[in-house]
Amino acid sequence: MNLLLGISNGDLAITAVLTGIGLVFAALLIARFISPRSFSVKKSEPYECGIPTRGESMLQFKVGYYLFAILFLVFDVETVFLYPWAVICRSLGPDGLLAIAVFMFILILGLAYAWRKGALKWQ
Amino acid sequence: MFDFSVVTTWINNLLIGCMPGWAAVLVECIIIALCVLGAYTVLALFYILYERKLCAWFQCRLGPMRVGYWGLLQVFADMFKILIKELIPLKGTDKFLFKLAPYVIITSSVTMLACLPWGRGMQIINYNIGIFFILAVSSVGILGILLAGWASNNKYTLIGAMRSGAQMVSYELSLGLAIITMVVFAGTMNIEEIVWAQDGGWFIFTGHIPAIIACIIYVIAATAETNRGPFDLPEAEHELTAGYHTEYSGIHFGFFYLAEYLNLFIVSGIASLMFLGGWMPFHVNGWDGFNAVMDYIPGIVWFVAKAFFFSFVIIWFKWTFPRVRIDQMLALEWKYLMPLALANLVLMAVCTTLGWHF
Repeated sequence: MNLLLGISNGDLAITAVLTGIGLVFAALLIARFISPRSFSVKKSEPYECGIPTRGESMLQFKVGYYLFAILFLVFDVETVFLYPWAVICRSLGPDGLLAIAVFMFILILGLAYAWRKGALKWQ
Repeated sequence: MFDFSVVTTWINNLLIGCMPGWAAVLVECIIIALCVLGAYTVLALFYILYERKLCAWFQCRLGPMRVGYWGLLQVFADMFKILIKELIPLKGTDKFLFKLAPYVIITSSVTMLACLPWGRGMQIINYNIGIFFILAVSSVGILGILLAGWASNNKYTLIGAMRSGAQMVSYELSLGLAIITMVVFAGTMNIEEIVWAQDGGWFIFTGHIPAIIACIIYVIAATAETNRGPFDLPEAEHELTAGYHTEYSGIHFGFFYLAEYLNLFIVSGIASLMFLGGWMPFHVNGWDGFNAVMDYIPGIVWFVAKAFFFSFVIIWFKWTFPRVRIDQMLALEWKYLMPLALANLVLMAVCTTLGWHF
């Protein structure tokens, strides 16, 4: 519950989301009314260097990006586990520190493995 | 320090007095939505002028000077110009995703803006996991950029979106780790409580060395996260035209522009509340008169001034450092920033547990 008004945080978050949607929708509506509209075949071509696009544009892509996405997934899920610990770190004391050290060691081991395997090298 | 909840409680009581409960909630939600919308627009307008003026001064120019006194009306003219530009219908785009992308980006930045504490009691969404919620919403924004690049049916936009995605997800790790470092110190994820924890001194002063390292890591990661400064290679104009928003025209492009500036404000705002105490005034222990004077400055001024300071630093980066290559960018994150952020987190945990702080 939000402390200020009797509105739950969920309702406020929905309000914020609807505000964003409303902003885009209203601005588009205004633009539709006051902006000119015309049509020509050449104008609707994709913006390239002047020559028509060769082949498909929505194509399969360089695998290097995929590798970093996978790495990110692994590390992000692991850092999510750190959040609950971070909140109560102070009250856990030295024992908690030792326990999280083991977890962190595994995390760093994963990074070291990826590094050694050459996954962090862009090619 | 003025407590804004006096005003909100008064409005709440006033509304409950004259209408049923559900209607009061509805009216309050509408008021909140209008406030957020107003803040969003004013900030966007301000930031466009701020960036243009700063950019000009860094290059020994004057910047916009013609429209209005000192160029102050330039942004309004730009805004109007962008509204009356044609929305060009393109061949071969994925129409649904193409139109969805601005909604996703703007919605995520509006939701993040609603989470920031502007002053005492001036916070809209106040989850007990507030900072985590902000990070979660910020990663939705990446989806919008990927959608925009993919749906545009253009190879420039595809490359731009992929670079942007790789960059933003990578730097989100060290951004998150820098924030976890401060969460360890604060002992809470609630934004309001984080600010209250800095009552006795801002975290950058009380947090010892790890807080300073976390601040530096955060500012670098935030620069990359907003696709700015030396890390603007998704929009590298000499190789990719304009990156993921090449194909967008008129107000559609304007949305990306708006979201970029708002994200700049939001990351600066998070930096100000994590490291410089949010709306807490600057106090020096023992200087009672000085502290009393500082207390007179409203919290909203403190918060916005600190956020503008961080924005200034990020804009300064942009005009100081040359653009990095993609391999350098990824190496900087994965080989330097992230191990450093992890080590810093361990250091902070040790310092906090053993009580080594000021």
